[in-house]
Amino acid sequence: MRHVFLDHQSSTPVLPEVFDAMKPFFTEAFGNPSSLHQHGLRVRDALKKARQQMAALIGADSEEEIFFTSDGTESANLAIKGVAYANERKGKHLVISATEHPSVINSIEFLEKQGWTCTRVGVDAEGVLKLDELRAAITPQTVLVAVHHVNHDIGTVQPMREVGKVCAEKGVPLYVDCEASAGWLPINVKEFGAALVSFSPHRFYGPKGVGVLYRNKKARIVSMMHGGVQEGGRRAGTENVPAIVGGGMAAEIALPELPKRIAHTAHLQKRLWDGLRSKITYIKLNGAEPGPKRVSTNLNLSTEFIEGEGQLLLCDLNGIAVASGSSCVSKSLKVSHVLGAIGLDHALAQGNIIMTLGMMNTEEDIDYTVETFAKIATKLRGMSPMWDEFERGIIDSVIAPTGRGKSFSQHAAEVSGKAAH
Amino acid sequence: MSDTYTLYNPTVMEHFMNPRNMGDIKDADGVGEVGAAACGDIMKISIKIKDGKIEDARFKTFGCGSAIASSSMATELIKGRTIAEAMDFSNQEVVDALGGLPPVKIHCSVLAEEALKAALEDYMKKHPEAAAKAGQAETVAA
Repeated sequence: MRHVFLDHQSSTPVLPEVFDAMKPFFTEAFGNPSSLHQHGLRVRDALKKARQQMAALIGADSEEEIFFTSDGTESANLAIKGVAYANERKGKHLVISATEHPSVINSIEFLEKQGWTCTRVGVDAEGVLKLDELRAAITPQTVLVAVHHVNHDIGTVQPMREVGKVCAEKGVPLYVDCEASAGWLPINVKEFGAALVSFSPHRFYGPKGVGVLYRNKKARIVSMMHGGVQEGGRRAGTENVPAIVGGGMAAEIALPELPKRIAHTAHLQKRLWDGLRSKITYIKLNGAEPGPKRVSTNLNLSTEFIEGEGQLLLCDLNGIAVASGSSCVSKSLKVSHVLGAIGLDHALAQGNIIMTLGMMNTEEDIDYTVETFAKIATKLRGMSPMWDEFERGIIDSVIAPTGRGKSFSQHAAEVSGKAAH
Repeated sequence: MSDTYTLYNPTVMEHFMNPRNMGDIKDADGVGEVGAAACGDIMKISIKIKDGKIEDARFKTFGCGSAIASSSMATELIKGRTIAEAMDFSNQEVVDALGGLPPVKIHCSVLAEEALKAALEDYMKKHPEAAAKAGQAETVAA
């Protein structure tokens, strides 16, 4: 059976060059970078090099603006809580987009319980931030604006320059979560007008266990992890040296390869979406069409009348690894908040599948996926009461309404006695 | 990868991949369609009754792997049971027969129980005499 990995948003394999760069730091170069002897000093140099590699990837001026954490979530927590606590006396208001990653949203929810307030700025049907709403949301008490570069669910690319301009006009620092874009799209902290940027190398062929936080002088932060004076006093704890070295190498490899990565994945993205929509009826691409508003690695699909987890399981049984934002896949039994924010009907959110491409995917992989996914949709529709009821005119399609029958949501509410959420 | 890892146990996976009694019964004696408010899944069970017993049961499900497996197992379990026995059917039987479900997926088995009971209620609405008989049987059994 063919194995097709279409979940590069979750993680990527470590490149052989990256793994080779890491190896000595497990064994002979095992020193603690805080030590003042040869073992420590050697490792300290390696960390400096990794900071330079990270700085280069995002167009930062100096490696002194790069801080290492354990992962993207920790970087997001430090960016948000660190700025909030550092500016408590100035104001206790934050602004985020409605479609941020849970590491951002849940950090905000924690602060809201501690007395901060937050305005969530809406997005349009493609997931693009509403700039006029952003401008209106910022108050004299606002200490931070957080907007992701590329959406983790639907791949929407945000207008970062415009967002940065609004923040600069208002004099509020901007934090940009680049988790879904680093290593796949050019990032320039100066063009974005960003005071803080986070990303993690395991999304672009580096190892897990390291996150990056860029911070310039526009943003004051306080430490959230207390202990020794590592990372300029901003993040206590012994650095994960092998992962940092590997992450730096992954960044160094990514930077000159970006055009090739974009070309490769954009080609496969088009082939995959064209194939799926020609083979499967009542299928919808959530977010923007492939192009400048959508990252080339992402397809977020809703196949009507069938549920996402069943699709995911059957893909997996056929060797295809995908993700889903359906409530059945989530541990909280809630559909992805991103799909809610773009106004996607609950029925379509339930049938959600996320496919994210990478460099190892081939045209043959894509053709196999199209063929297999079409069979899966047919199999699950054969088992679905909704498909049968659609064919009999009892319920209507959301994607291509026929004008016959009631909506799926109305039907679902009637049979469950409660409105779907 | 040499090993295969699965989200559910082998019994659940087997029922998901090869569901039993999938489909609709033409001229069913009772049809029940229910939805789970918690997750949005929808399950439909249709039954054929002969001589006071469930002769046939089929399902259609819009839902996750465990919802499909639960409806497959529920229809297997209830075939051959009397109406009174079927009215006592509990989701726990489905969970046990499937060798357990993850805690977050127990509601899938509840949905199967509810769909079956909705189908039985539909049947009894159409056949009040059977309902009276089933009620008597229940009283005797109690």
